[in-house]
Amino acid sequence: MSQAAAQRKALQVAHLEELSFIRKYIFSTDHKTIAKQYLGISLFMAIVGGFTAYAIRWQLAWPSARIPGVGTITPDAYNTLVTMHGTIMVFFVAMPFLLGVFGNFCIPLMIGAGDMAFPRLNMLSVWTFLVGSLILLASFFVPGGAAAAGWTGYAPLSARPDLTPAVLGQDMWIVALALEFSSFLMGGVNFITTALNMRAPGMGLWRVPLLVWYEATASVLFLLSVGPLIGGAVMLLLDRLVGAGFFLPAKGGDPLLWEHLFWFFGHPEVYVVALPGFGIMLEILPVFSRKPIFAYRALVYCALTATGLSLIVWAHHMFISGMDPRLATPFTVTTILISVPFAVIVFAMIATLWGGSIRFDTPMLFALGGLTSFLLGGVTGIFLGSAATDIYLHGTYFVVAHFHYTLFPVTFFAGFAGLYYWYPKMFGRLMNETWGKVHFWLTMLAFQGVFMPLFFSGIAGTPRRVFAPNEYPLFKAIQPLQVHATIATVTLLLVQIPFVVNFFWSLRRGKRAEANPWLANTLEWCVPSPPPHANFAHTPRVRRWPYEYSVPGARLDWSPQTESGDTMLPAAGGQ
Amino acid sequence: MHWLPSDVSTFGPSVDHVFRLILYIVGVWFIAAEGAIILFAFRFRRRPGHAAVHVAGENMRQLAWILVPALVVVFLDFGIDIAAGHAWEEIKLESPKPALNVSVTAERFAWIFDYPGPDGKYGTPDDYWSMAKLYVPVNQVVRVDMRSMDVIHSFAVPNLRLRQDVVPGRTISAWFEATKPGTYEIECTELCGSEHYRMQASLVVLSDSEYARWQHEHWSSIASKPSSSASAGVKQ
Amino acid sequence: MEAAPSIETVVQFGDGDSIREVPAPRLAVWLFLTSEIMVFGGLISCFILLRIAHGGWDAEAAHVHWRIGAFNTLVLLTSSLTMALACTSAKEGKEGMARRLRTYLGFTILLGLTFLGVKACEYSLEFAKGLTPGAGLFWAFYYTLTGLHSLHVLAGIILNSTLWIAAARADLVPVVQRRIEYAGLYWHFVDVVWIFLFPLVYLT
Repeated sequence: MSQAAAQRKALQVAHLEELSFIRKYIFSTDHKTIAKQYLGISLFMAIVGGFTAYAIRWQLAWPSARIPGVGTITPDAYNTLVTMHGTIMVFFVAMPFLLGVFGNFCIPLMIGAGDMAFPRLNMLSVWTFLVGSLILLASFFVPGGAAAAGWTGYAPLSARPDLTPAVLGQDMWIVALALEFSSFLMGGVNFITTALNMRAPGMGLWRVPLLVWYEATASVLFLLSVGPLIGGAVMLLLDRLVGAGFFLPAKGGDPLLWEHLFWFFGHPEVYVVALPGFGIMLEILPVFSRKPIFAYRALVYCALTATGLSLIVWAHHMFISGMDPRLATPFTVTTILISVPFAVIVFAMIATLWGGSIRFDTPMLFALGGLTSFLLGGVTGIFLGSAATDIYLHGTYFVVAHFHYTLFPVTFFAGFAGLYYWYPKMFGRLMNETWGKVHFWLTMLAFQGVFMPLFFSGIAGTPRRVFAPNEYPLFKAIQPLQVHATIATVTLLLVQIPFVVNFFWSLRRGKRAEANPWLANTLEWCVPSPPPHANFAHTPRVRRWPYEYSVPGARLDWSPQTESGDTMLPAAGGQ
Repeated sequence: MHWLPSDVSTFGPSVDHVFRLILYIVGVWFIAAEGAIILFAFRFRRRPGHAAVHVAGENMRQLAWILVPALVVVFLDFGIDIAAGHAWEEIKLESPKPALNVSVTAERFAWIFDYPGPDGKYGTPDDYWSMAKLYVPVNQVVRVDMRSMDVIHSFAVPNLRLRQDVVPGRTISAWFEATKPGTYEIECTELCGSEHYRMQASLVVLSDSEYARWQHEHWSSIASKPSSSASAGVKQ
Repeated sequence: MEAAPSIETVVQFGDGDSIREVPAPRLAVWLFLTSEIMVFGGLISCFILLRIAHGGWDAEAAHVHWRIGAFNTLVLLTSSLTMALACTSAKEGKEGMARRLRTYLGFTILLGLTFLGVKACEYSLEFAKGLTPGAGLFWAFYYTLTGLHSLHVLAGIILNSTLWIAAARADLVPVVQRRIEYAGLYWHFVDVVWIFLFPLVYLT
């Protein structure tokens, strides 16, 4: 039957009878359920990724000591941990958390649609992602262990099965990534098509909430950039399986080819992750400042510009790679240019705060924590984007600190902000606000404690991905930095416990949420918490921009997008 | 910047200068931006009797508040990278005439240094090789021609502010001029396998007299004598 | 009292911010094809760059079976023609449309299978000569490019077959009529990729 007819039938079925447990929760085509499935998988993978971080950091602080819960690890095991930590966090936590959860949950609701354009494709995407995750996890347990060539998988280390113990594990790494790429390609097609085609009447492009814009542009960017690496992944697999030689000099291949293919995607990938994170912050800041977002159209143009520019900056990861050094100049120029849209985004966020009436609820705290932390990550990027200082800082802990100060805020601060913010809509309950604040402050402080010392370690020259930094005479004296970072890491991991408890406890015992606990304008707050299967009983008619907060002369300091201007004026005879 | 290790390289000051320049510029911006956030968060916190203002950045006058700072950022960025460009050119694009050539081989997990000997040619009986110790004269340009026998390694000498990836299948050159005698650390800074963290070597910068003596001991016009240190060897 | 916008709807965008109306499935297929262009484009670029860097690989390339390749090109081009005819008949919707559609689509599938069969024979010929993916970089690229392409041909055959089977049922014909446009887009794309591959791999 046609898709439309199928959807109508689904609506009827949902009304007439409860769907079976399997249809409702396991093989669901409902975008809200799929979002929760992504949430479950990504939070589980975050625990695994966090565990790898714990082991790595313990080893770094007390080399060759027994790691509680793990035992002593070999240098090979260490390389595997480092590899899998990066792979899991970028591809199996950040992507599903920021795109899978918030893209899926928010896009249809925010544009007034009943579901995604292709609900069954959506289901296929989350199941593909699950299979990829399982393959990646399984690779820990095969002989030789999981991949060990770094999350960047540089060849020939990754291309020859004789160079690391992970003979099967590295192959599984490639397969798992290929599945993850397919999953987000499918998801991306869904996001873009839905955002363009299924907006409710009255929602012209300039009335679309920024989160939807940012999720959609991130999807476009992913679509454009991942292709060459998919080709590269096939080539890497063939190198490993039949000695094809694409990246093996002995066969005429070139290791630098892999680097180009990887970073052509790898750099846009960080924006694929950053843009949705910013999108979440851009939704939360106006709501909790009770002010319009500052420079909405500029922010849209920033997302589009960043998308385009990010495709031509990649070789700033390769300044000293052995590629022609003259290439440093053009890539430095493009790298400078791409700082423009991000500077504008950050300044617009700050300007949104100005003149506001700010409430420091947990979502806002996380958004602000994300902004302040990201600022440090962003400015430290200047040191790396400048080829001369990159000579010294490349491959040191400075890089590690820089990318954690950008990726962590964007993934976890923004992600938690979004989770606390949309939790009432997702689950129909409120999370405990006090414990939310505890979670924020402890996470914020612990996070600084982990990565701030690493900047200094990097400036001193400490290389990254080394099993025992105290084996270098030059860095013996600063070993205490590693210890501090590890203590902070253990703290950071432990303080997530209040969040986990709060999350699950509130599911059953949290205060029931009404439709609009935050008094926000966007369409998702017009429907019950949680929304019914079809989201909207009647297609909403959109009459205004999403950020009409504190309109002068209005009765309330917020104005739902469905309300026209007249209804917001003071009632006749004064208030 | 006492966190930076001592600089014994002629181009070290260029790198450190760019580093400091960036630090001051971004430092100012960082403090200003964070300061604004903290100030605004405090000053515009919800208080009774104070409503938010409806300012959305819709006209140029308002937008200027963010566009002008963004343009200043870009302008400063360009300035930084012009300065950095000079340093980059000096280190990576120029190749001053070397007083000494050394062939560096990176092989899991050791650095091997081959000297051409007095005749200046490799593959002749007067060659000398050394494992894990790179002996160089002070105040003279040294060029290293680097190859890898297996995977990508990276030749890094923090005290020289030098780093260069070494890629199998090609020979990549770098140059430096050390300004102070002493022993300095050489590291591999590209993950190359299990013993990556042990792939270390020493840069031994010798004063003129020490270098002359070292050459006399280890270089000769016929087959080299094995040195007393266990790490040197004779090339066949 | 309209239900929320459904998938097959072409939504009019209000307030003058309209873009051209594009049905959701067509937009989705184009987005998908864009990413596919990046996959093949990336691989083909690598092939070209490495081929130039290695001086052309003329000696290796001399062993490709260009006649087989040319035959397959004809097969695929013809299949694109039959696919186009199938799509046109679906769009016109004239008398006997379902039968015509199934005929043209059937030929497309058969031609696709022919392409794959010939490719399989070609591969076994080459394997017998020791020209495997591990036999050097040229052959590695040859197998990667043509192999990935063949997988796409296979996917297209499966897609077309599901439509062909569905079109046998009268109640499903309208669905097939709507969707064959998208299958056609995909099939033409697969053909276009071959148009690039054939000269690069076989003729240079």
